Amino acid sequence: MTKRLSSARYWLGLASLLGGLLLWWVVARIANLPAFILPSPTDVWSRFLSAALDGSLLFNTGVTLVEILLGLFSGAGLATLLGYLIAKSRMLERVLSPYLVASQAVPLVAIAPLLVIWFGPGMFSKVLICALIVFFPVLVNTVVGVRAVPPALHDLMQSLHATRGQIIAKLEVPAALPVFLGGLRIGATLSVIGAVVGELVGSDQGLGFLINVGRGQYDTALVFVAMFTLIVLALCLYGAVAWAERKLLAWQEIVQQ
Amino acid sequence: MTEIPPILTVRNLTVVFPDNNDGLRALEDVSFEVCPQEFICVLGPSGSGKTTLLRVLAGLYSPTTGEVEFGNGRTPRIGMVFQQSNLMPWRTAIDNIMLPLELKNADRVTARARAQELIDLVGLTGFESALPRDLSGGMAQRVAIARALIHDPDLLLLDEPFGSLDALTRERMWMELSRIWQARQPALGSPGKTVVMVTHSIEESLLLADRVLVLTQRPGHIRLDLEVDLPRPRKEEMRYTTHFGKLAKKLKDAIG
Ligand SMILES: Nc1ncnc2c1ncn2[C@@H]1O[C@H](COP(=O)(O)OP(=O)(O)OP(=O)(O)O)[C@@H](O)[C@H]1O
Ligand SMILES: [Mg+2]
Repeated sequence: MTKRLSSARYWLGLASLLGGLLLWWVVARIANLPAFILPSPTDVWSRFLSAALDGSLLFNTGVTLVEILLGLFSGAGLATLLGYLIAKSRMLERVLSPYLVASQAVPLVAIAPLLVIWFGPGMFSKVLICALIVFFPVLVNTVVGVRAVPPALHDLMQSLHATRGQIIAKLEVPAALPVFLGGLRIGATLSVIGAVVGELVGSDQGLGFLINVGRGQYDTALVFVAMFTLIVLALCLYGAVAWAERKLLAWQEIVQQ
Repeated sequence: MTEIPPILTVRNLTVVFPDNNDGLRALEDVSFEVCPQEFICVLGPSGSGKTTLLRVLAGLYSPTTGEVEFGNGRTPRIGMVFQQSNLMPWRTAIDNIMLPLELKNADRVTARARAQELIDLVGLTGFESALPRDLSGGMAQRVAIARALIHDPDLLLLDEPFGSLDALTRERMWMELSRIWQARQPALGSPGKTVVMVTHSIEESLLLADRVLVLTQRPGHIRLDLEVDLPRPRKEEMRYTTHFGKLAKKLKDAIG
């Protein structure tokens, strides 16, 4: 029953995608716009092949992916650590919350140029922007998740004379995991935006750089290729976190639906 | 019996919870002693501080005044059954039961075997890998009881453990609990089990306990400390004896 339903959903999704492609092709055909304004799907496909064959697509995708992963891991790692400490200490929360709130009020897109000026057009500034954008949602969800651990289970652990480490490993981590992973899912999507924003501002490699090149040379098909690659990257990341959620949170499957 | 030092001494215990006024007095000047291997039941109306008393004994609350002292000066190994089953929702039944042994870094294979024994004992064979969300209230409570027993605790603290069970299962659990409690092995140097159990049922307390403490309405303090001199092993037919009736009457009057 559920299997048939999900395969129907799958086919419907595929059909809708194909329909969109067809529509795009028809519009490009009828409107007869120059390729530098609206390339047709076939233009984009042949540009994809040429970029894939000369290795530039793979290289620049790799660069962006490395930036994303480094930013995601460092940002989420720090946010988890700090989030745990904040969840445990009202004092620390009071001291840090003005900074955290203020940091959220600053649009990251606006300070990205500053970060590129300060830290150069290399990878580091992109990783930094990426980490910054990932940081907040993961932090907030860590705090909420750790705070929501049922006090009765803390009592249980205490009555069994559990150590600090055991309480973290066997109670707080599994109990906070659902909310934490929700934050990570948001963070994973944002991390792609962070890396690309950084690259658009200033870089000589990466998918954002390809977009800049394509725009500069009126090679709009290349912009499309880079854009679609980014979409695929973001979907893969999102899928990876969602997969981890399904694996790790099988115990609450019913609750989620 | 006086030559055996008590395993647990509660002296002038008072617990006050902070509130907007001058504090909520949950327990007032409670004193009693528990001998090793004794089975104590605590009766009292709702809100009389029974749970509070157990939580102080478990070290979860500290006394406002007064003290709790353990016989050998060390806190004993504690097995606690909470009023709500209090299982970890991400762990299967058997993994929940194994938790106390896991915290002691016990060998996994022996831990699993022991947990399986307890699963069978509480009548949940076949539900080893069920998640708490798929268990009924009574089943979850039985998992919690098994969890409290697995690490062979010296002191069992039970907060209305059979409240959510049907009459039949409850009676079977009474007998099992008596059996577990009586399986003391002084020859092997094991101190045996001491039990402090909170209950609402006079019958349950008379079928299980050596002594019954009756707490008064809030603030709880001990109104009656009754020796239950019914012979062991206790049988359910004893309910219909006149002596049982007399003891039950005393308890009922004390509860008010
Ligand atoms: N953590 C707490 N903070 C404040 N007040 C509390 C706390 N725990 C218990 N109390 C209060 O102490 C009193 C005694 O509560 P307790 O839970 O010990 O009663 P009880 O005898 O176990 O009742 P029941 O039979 O309904 O379980 C109650 O008035 C309760 O509101
Ligand atoms: Mg209670």
